[in-house]
Amino acid sequence: MNFKKLPYLITVVGLLFATSMSQAATTLVAVASDFTKPMNEIAAAFEKATGHSANSSFGSSGKFFAQIQNGAPFEVYLSASEKYPLELEKSGHAVANSRFIYAIGKLVLWSATPSYVDPQGEILKTGQFKHIALADPSHAPYGVVAEDVMQQLGVLDKLRPLFVMGENIAQTFQFVSTGNAELGFVGLAQVINVDTGKIGSGSGWIIPDNLHRPFNQTAQLLKKGAENPAALALMEFLKSPTALTIIKKYGFGLPK
Amino acid sequence: MLNEADIATLWLTFKVASIATVLMLLLGTPLAWWLVRTSSRWKGICNALVALPLVLPPSVLGFYLLVLMGPNGMIGRLTTELGLGTLPFTFPGLIVASVLYSLPFVVQPLQASFAAIGNQPLEAAATLRASPLDTFFSVVLPLARPGFLTATILGFAHTVGEFGVVLMVGGNIPDKTRVVSVQIYNHVEALEYEQAHWLAGGLLVFSFSVLLLMYSVLKTQPVAHPLQ
Repeated sequence: MNFKKLPYLITVVGLLFATSMSQAATTLVAVASDFTKPMNEIAAAFEKATGHSANSSFGSSGKFFAQIQNGAPFEVYLSASEKYPLELEKSGHAVANSRFIYAIGKLVLWSATPSYVDPQGEILKTGQFKHIALADPSHAPYGVVAEDVMQQLGVLDKLRPLFVMGENIAQTFQFVSTGNAELGFVGLAQVINVDTGKIGSGSGWIIPDNLHRPFNQTAQLLKKGAENPAALALMEFLKSPTALTIIKKYGFGLPK
Repeated sequence: MLNEADIATLWLTFKVASIATVLMLLLGTPLAWWLVRTSSRWKGICNALVALPLVLPPSVLGFYLLVLMGPNGMIGRLTTELGLGTLPFTFPGLIVASVLYSLPFVVQPLQASFAAIGNQPLEAAATLRASPLDTFFSVVLPLARPGFLTATILGFAHTVGEFGVVLMVGGNIPDKTRVVSVQIYNHVEALEYEQAHWLAGGLLVFSFSVLLLMYSVLKTQPVAHPLQ
């Protein structure tokens, strides 16, 4: 090998690297676990459309909030609530005014047993079951709205002794889908059949929005992602018709 | 400071750990003895099964227990058949999960101390016409005392410290299945860091004290060894 050419070679390789970096970057996203299925599909579409890729971690919004405040490397935060992104903006971990609502959460009272939950949710008033599962209202947004619904129907105090609480909405779904809890409050995205747009298995009641506080799921650009083209592109992509179609398909409401 | 709910979780945790430790000693003693003395071809399999929770992530154990003990699972059908209902989200369910999860921490120290006794004391007892049962209670148990101490302390402390399994089969119910490790997690998730610090710090001091106590007592205890 001709060593005189080595500097050129290094420059060429370096340039190739640099261009490939600027063309296709990767962003690390913290995603509320109710958005798991749509996010996987959105990430695939995002990669196809922009060449960038999005690596997602799924978990409870509250846990991500604590992790981000303590220096977690996430660049984009898809929270199931409005509260946490607001706090992150105050504490300076997020890019100011980058917040927007990407989806409206839909709550379902669901059972793995067919025709167990009636289409009007009258079963809640009977209390004829041993366990009702919900996400822990102390930190999970789905738990908060589930409590709203029971409060609104006047059954909260009666049902409280029957509560079993999942750490996040995915675990709550697990309690109900394994039959350990006869019924529970889960996310529509977890039980919807995307081909028919209806609840895929078991039985459920899709709870009207007016029975609980607004369930605005909020996306936010974090400080760590402020310079990453992939993070910026993903924030834009979430508002694109492609993403909105996917979000709608999984039963979420669209931001107005 | 600790509030009422925190104290309830502490109390529940010690209740679970005490009951589970007693059960593990009752179950683990004959099991460890058999594993040491037997030449059965099942020995390897049994050893591996007992040690399995040491290597498996608690999420795996918790998930299998949730499925198996649920209404459609094998154990769940059995307990329903027996009129006990299903075990997840109940106090007995928590005990079953804890026993399975912490059993190696009891069985393995016992195994080691039984093995250290060797054949000689047993043969000596036999020549003095001691029955096997008598030998076990008058010779083996006293010689294996350090092993029992270690087993009790590790079994108890490990049950206090369990988290993943309880989170998966417990359902986080106050006074029934919400143990202190889950409560700490809840506090962190709910951003109540001060509460979390109180409990977490308390647990840290507790765990260290228990281990310190164990190692200082063990140092003064004679190690089990065959008669000269």
